[in-house]
Amino acid sequence: MKVRIRRFDGQKEWWQDYEIDAKPSDTVLDILNRIREKHDHTLAFRQSCQMGSCGSCGMVINGLPALACQTRIGELKTESIRLEPLYNYKVIKDLVVDLTDFVNKHRSVKPWMIRKNPEELEEASMEFQVTPDQNLTFVQFDYCIMCGVCLAACPTVAIDPLFLGPQALGQAYRYIADPRDEGFEERIEVLDDSHGVWRCHFAGACSYVCPKGVDPAKAIQYLKKEILKYRLLHKKKASVKPAELVQKAPPANAPKPPPFDFKIEGGE
Amino acid sequence: METLDYDVAIVGTGLAGLRTAIEILRRDKGKLGLRVAVISKIYLMRSHSVSAEGGTSAVLYPEEGDSFELMAWDTIKGSDFLADQDAVWRFVHIATQEIRLIERWGVPWNRRDDGRIEQRWFGGLSFPRATYAQDKTGFFEMRALYDTLLKYENWDRFDENFVTSIVIENNEFKGFTAIDLKTGNFRYFRAKAGVIATGGAGQLYRITSMAASSTGDGFGLAYNAGLPLKDMEFVQFHPTGLVPRGILITEAARGEGAYLVNKDGERFMKRYAPSKMELAPRDIVSRAIMKEIMEGRGVYDDKSGLYHVWLDMRHLGKERIEERLPFIREIGLKYLGIDIVNQPLPIRPTVHYNMGGIHVDIDGKVLNASGSPVKGLWAAGEAACVSIHGSNRLGSNGTNDCLVYGYIVGNDVYNYIEKERPASPNLSQNILLGEEDRIFGKILGKESGGEDVYQIKDELKDTMEKYVHVYRTGSDLEKAVIKIKELKERYKYIKLSDKSRTFNYNLEHALELGFMLDQAEVIARGALLRTESRGAHARLDYPNRDDANWLKHTIALKGAEGPLFSYIPVKITMWKPVARVY
Repeated sequence: MKVRIRRFDGQKEWWQDYEIDAKPSDTVLDILNRIREKHDHTLAFRQSCQMGSCGSCGMVINGLPALACQTRIGELKTESIRLEPLYNYKVIKDLVVDLTDFVNKHRSVKPWMIRKNPEELEEASMEFQVTPDQNLTFVQFDYCIMCGVCLAACPTVAIDPLFLGPQALGQAYRYIADPRDEGFEERIEVLDDSHGVWRCHFAGACSYVCPKGVDPAKAIQYLKKEILKYRLLHKKKASVKPAELVQKAPPANAPKPPPFDFKIEGGE
Repeated sequence: METLDYDVAIVGTGLAGLRTAIEILRRDKGKLGLRVAVISKIYLMRSHSVSAEGGTSAVLYPEEGDSFELMAWDTIKGSDFLADQDAVWRFVHIATQEIRLIERWGVPWNRRDDGRIEQRWFGGLSFPRATYAQDKTGFFEMRALYDTLLKYENWDRFDENFVTSIVIENNEFKGFTAIDLKTGNFRYFRAKAGVIATGGAGQLYRITSMAASSTGDGFGLAYNAGLPLKDMEFVQFHPTGLVPRGILITEAARGEGAYLVNKDGERFMKRYAPSKMELAPRDIVSRAIMKEIMEGRGVYDDKSGLYHVWLDMRHLGKERIEERLPFIREIGLKYLGIDIVNQPLPIRPTVHYNMGGIHVDIDGKVLNASGSPVKGLWAAGEAACVSIHGSNRLGSNGTNDCLVYGYIVGNDVYNYIEKERPASPNLSQNILLGEEDRIFGKILGKESGGEDVYQIKDELKDTMEKYVHVYRTGSDLEKAVIKIKELKERYKYIKLSDKSRTFNYNLEHALELGFMLDQAEVIARGALLRTESRGAHARLDYPNRDDANWLKHTIALKGAEGPLFSYIPVKITMWKPVARVY
């Protein structure tokens, strides 16, 4: 099988072809390792877990951003493979791109648990009370493995380097949707910005390529809704109800808590 | 060469490394203004803790029948009585707080209808105490720790910095040397305290659930610095690795009720652990699977040429699988095109964990050859060996070890700096120049020799897979020792074909291979000397546990002609060893 890789050594850029034995069950990452170990020790690419949970091996495979470790040759259904570094990032060497800007944007949305009383994050005699249904409001967005594949597919990231991008915005929503978090107001300034949620015009490419089914495009639309509600109706009140602390273990026959309510009082 | 000054330098950014960093920063809150360097050879959030799947054990609701005594007993019996019981006793108490603390930092634990945390069965437990978040427990724990770390200011991240040596002078830690992979620059992290949290070494084997980055660098760093490694012959084989790669299929599958069946469709565990069946500890289940295969009851996979048995989850039903094992379903679909709702998975044992590691005391302080602490150096997580897991770790006791020891070591480091106020270390430049020359002159710059890094690595993996596996014999281990010696000799003549400085993975892999060869030698020689079967170390020629001669920890030190072995007693404070039957 022919494998064509876009290479870069810091100065010059070129396409290099390799002829490699490949089985349909091999992954693209298997092929890359075979090239590096048997044919060309100078080829640079990142890898770690080899099972789709660490996010190291994002790259563009036959024109589509994806994880090399989760893409099997058989499913590509092509005679040859074309590999490129992730689009919309600065390339450092071969398939290795610079993620500095990516991690900084993620950090800028304060992607951590915020409570009005920060002491509640420091002591742990009891857990927050969260029902299985409440878990479902945010857990999908917690699947993000920070591979950066979504940014490589986003047409807006391509034209606006200041756009926060689907990963950071999706992670802002992960915490905002979490009933344990009270940090909506601390995050709103960075989100409600022309390079924030409003820059997204809902192409949906991020969700299409996301290897973990996070659906950042959906998260961004929810964020827009939350921000609008906040600005229009309740300037001082975050629209997501915080969870109550469990003071002691409730009895086994305790009534079920009410379902997680996304609406705000007097809203809509 | 660049010198970077920090109060604390942490190498390794899995659960143990991140938890240590957070503990130091949250305790300090600017009081001493401690500055922490967080160093990883890959990117933060890529460490292999993200692949931990099934659960994290802790006693959460004692009113329902669990207890610290029960968890300690399970852990000690699981260890085949090689665990240090004082350390286990402390460990089980701290685990509870850690579950609730990371819950507040965001872990989406699976819940009961009343909003409390759900727990499930795991192998070797007497109570369902494996606390879980779907089947991505380690991943969600990493997310919560990484996110929480981001809120602190007083630390710097050093992604893709490969540590090459621990600098110790006069029994005092003085920092780490490293290569910045992005630029190829040589760095000296000068720090008052150092923490090694570099995880395990599954890459010594061909079939492993561990990441490409799990090359046991911390073991190699400590060994090269003249520090002892403990109990390295105990390598855990997880019973259910997906054929052919060895990708982890969580023990939680069996916790939820999955069956192990051989080619005749028989639930063979009834022969090996009649009361626990599929939920016996990992060493026992791995041996059972290998026995089935050795006695002709395995299934042959013609694509890979491997024998396996089946892991059958069909009777669990789609709903339970989607709620509790979604990642396992995804793995089956993505790697084999098998949907576990309708079909069983082909599995066989896969290398998963190192029970052994850097010799540390109950506080995680790294101990030197004479058994006293090295000033200013700690180790935590899989890289360290206290020992809590003895000769066999229970499933769901890995992630909590990382969290608990992150907490313990973070506090111990903080206490040390707060109390002793150590000055920034002084170091003669010669040591640093020598290390820089070893890497860039003697290894990268060498133009002679024709040995290839990847060829040697391949042969090493095959050797370990063939001779140092689930079942071992004296003659196999002798073959392994001879082969490893040969590979070590050939390693002296490696030549790198990538001479660049930017992301020179060829150089990184060469340095890793150096560490791996040393570890393989320690594991194989230690296994050869231990003439008994205990936990994960099963000798066909010595099938019984021998407490009279071998109820002791192995200590390996680097000598001129390979490792030098000695032994230290196990701390038995609560329960005397008894026969281990499930």
